[in-house]
Amino acid sequence: MEAPTWKNPVIGWIDRRLPIFTMMQHDLVDYPTPKNLNYWWNFGSLAGIILVIMIATGVVLAMHYTPHVDYAFESVERIMRDVNYGWLLRYLHMNGASMFFIVVYIHMFRGLYYGSYKAPREVLWILGVFILLAMMATAFMGYVLPWGQMSFWGATVITNLFSAIPLVGEYIVTWLWGGFSVDNATLNRFFSLHYLMPFVIFALVFLHLVALHTSKSNNPLGIDVKGPQDTIPFTPYYTIKDMFGLGVFMIVYLGFVFFSPNFYGEPDNYIKANPMVTPAHIVPEWYFLPYYAILRAITFDIWFVPAKLLGVTAMFGSIIVLLFLPWLDRSPVRSARFRPIYKQFFWVFLANCFVLGYVGSKPAEGVWIPIGQAATAYYFAHFLIILPLLSFLERPKPLPASISAAVTPAGVGIPARSAAE
Amino acid sequence: MKKLFAAAALAAALWSHPAGAAGEAPTPPAVDWSFNGLFGTFDRAQLQRGYQVYAEVCHSCHALKFMAFRNLQQIGFTPEQIAQLAGQFEVQDGPNDEGDMFMRPAKAADHMPSPFANEKAARFANNGAYPPDQSLIVEARKGGSDYIHALMIGYRDPPPEGVQLGDGMYFNEYFPGHQIAMAPPLSDGRVDYTDGTEATLDQQAKDVTAFLTWVAEPNLEQRKRMGVTVMLFLIVLTGMLYALKRHIWSDVKH
Amino acid sequence: MAEMVSTSPPPRDEGETRRDFLLIATGAVAAVGTGLAIWPFVDSMNPAADTLALASTGVNLSPVQVGQRITVVWRGKPVFIDHRPPAEIKSAEDVDLAVLVDPQPDSQRVEKPEWLIVVGVCTHLGCIPLGQKTGEPRGDYGGWFCPCHGSHYDTSGRIRKGPAPKNLMVPPYEFTDATTIKIG
Repeated sequence: MEAPTWKNPVIGWIDRRLPIFTMMQHDLVDYPTPKNLNYWWNFGSLAGIILVIMIATGVVLAMHYTPHVDYAFESVERIMRDVNYGWLLRYLHMNGASMFFIVVYIHMFRGLYYGSYKAPREVLWILGVFILLAMMATAFMGYVLPWGQMSFWGATVITNLFSAIPLVGEYIVTWLWGGFSVDNATLNRFFSLHYLMPFVIFALVFLHLVALHTSKSNNPLGIDVKGPQDTIPFTPYYTIKDMFGLGVFMIVYLGFVFFSPNFYGEPDNYIKANPMVTPAHIVPEWYFLPYYAILRAITFDIWFVPAKLLGVTAMFGSIIVLLFLPWLDRSPVRSARFRPIYKQFFWVFLANCFVLGYVGSKPAEGVWIPIGQAATAYYFAHFLIILPLLSFLERPKPLPASISAAVTPAGVGIPARSAAE
Repeated sequence: MKKLFAAAALAAALWSHPAGAAGEAPTPPAVDWSFNGLFGTFDRAQLQRGYQVYAEVCHSCHALKFMAFRNLQQIGFTPEQIAQLAGQFEVQDGPNDEGDMFMRPAKAADHMPSPFANEKAARFANNGAYPPDQSLIVEARKGGSDYIHALMIGYRDPPPEGVQLGDGMYFNEYFPGHQIAMAPPLSDGRVDYTDGTEATLDQQAKDVTAFLTWVAEPNLEQRKRMGVTVMLFLIVLTGMLYALKRHIWSDVKH
Repeated sequence: MAEMVSTSPPPRDEGETRRDFLLIATGAVAAVGTGLAIWPFVDSMNPAADTLALASTGVNLSPVQVGQRITVVWRGKPVFIDHRPPAEIKSAEDVDLAVLVDPQPDSQRVEKPEWLIVVGVCTHLGCIPLGQKTGEPRGDYGGWFCPCHGSHYDTSGRIRKGPAPKNLMVPPYEFTDATTIKIG
């Protein structure tokens, strides 16, 4: 890459010593982007912006928050009542968490639909899974901080999952708590880690971007860029498209913040934590419901392995399996547009995730148990059985010769397999 | 793709309100509150009446620890009125020069003192039941304001056929499980309104609920007002961004 | 990539000016929005409503003997109350204003001459001067002495020697009756 010459002598002087401006020019301006990206490609940058909003609001909230069991709930109420714009900052942070997951889930399903996890983007995808795991840990610990009833009992239930680990489970749970129940020590370490994790996520996001700019963006056709005629520079085309998407997103996000700030919340969390009383119906935040359903689906021991351990394993396995997705789906065609059967299964899988989420919100009784079990089985079957089989059984549609050919009416299709190699 | 959006919206709506454990309690009747809707505001006179109901009735058992007397200025009381209202309550202060705690009349900066010293004292005085703090009661209950209002008017005496009430329990149509330890707190004419409003049961229930809604979220008005401005701004900005996007992309075939 | 001019597509006559206008207008609106959005973050670091409403401090002066100095807390800071004997009052009133770093007559610094009430925070860098307890150094002028950087205050709390630029601050206070004051 040839170093650009900078008109501004100060920028030039700095850039010759620390090439940040060259990097910005290269990655934010010139970055050759496929010209056919649709609006589903907006959600990546959107997620990055939400991360920044979460860190900004979180840093300010931490200035007023007291991580102590006697004061945590009260300090949050002080933020809501007495701190200037404290209610706004907290509602932004609260709803921001939900928005973050909505955006990231859409981003992931986009990746699933268009095969963005396939070679050469395996590491990019795996980093994304790590980002999701880090986000889940951060969100879980953050939810504990207001020290309401759901905070406390959510923390109790989730930390107790680790007691399923054979032999050392009980010790691990005691170690996580720093005591014999969720208490002040637990709250303090959760606060510490909740403040740390976003910066870990930030680092992972940086690596995610390095990987993206190394293997370049996928596109709705899933075919490789054949030359400069297939791409346009990131700026101004995608900067403006992302800005427009951000505007639409902000309308939705701030709509919740200003007009229904507790939409995603649970009334019980406005009751201060009481270690002696469990709420009638404990539910995690909505973004954990599918995993919660998987956790509760295993109600039976298998041989000598207890149900509890199986449930926990299944729950973590539901995310771990994503790490192996690039090797489970062997089809050389990326985009579902050219995979008629995979496309059907994609929508079934998406619906199945919604079913899991709905089951997760229901009490574990009656008809919800078999439904949850069937949906859990299907979740794993999708990755472990359907995708590997489809790789061989499905006959993809012909792929266009190039992105340019596809967007120009005269584009001629060529046989799929050879084109994708 | 539209299907996906619709499904996502539907699922979000379903997920965020998981069905409660007690399904039998009827849905509280929807009240046309002045603070409902995008442009909702509090009715100051109603909040002041609600404060009267709280202070004269509810306060004998229920704390309101997150409300400071100075906050009452927001609902239209003057600083002089606040000093006088606060002065009717005593708060603990100290230690004084001899090292003793002492009681003094509350001031504007003080929070509403609790009727009981601690939870044990509260339970002891109330047959083992704990009257919860009311500062956040509207946000802490499914159904919010409508539920609190319904609870106030939902007592049935005698209870419906076949209901066996526990000792010291009352039948309330809207309470989960229907058996509530709180005696009916309000009745026609329980308080005397100074502004000439007729103190019917329903009126008092509405007034105190409106007041508690304000205590739960004193910034509701500011939030909605700011929200409307921000939305208008964002719609304009997003429209401009869209026009710019169209313009920039006009020469790309994609 | 040798040129830093943006790689925008070739100009297209009148479209170009329209785009420039739209770009500038949108950028301006977005900049205003971002600027306004920053304010809540900044303002949240200002004192909160409960901090501002903190009760003022009431002090009963009747047990304070002549010549005795007591310290009370107001807004988290020490307030020095000096029940000045006649000699101290006289020395404070007799000072020639011309020699003062921060000229102010004693009469402007007290409500009643026998009671000097000042915030006990050195105006140099915020240390608490010595002189409240018997036996502590009171500096060259019989008032207070700040040990951090050697500022000397006189019996009216005025800076006389050392690096401090201002006299000890007099807090807002009033006598609610003959022997009680309300600070703040």
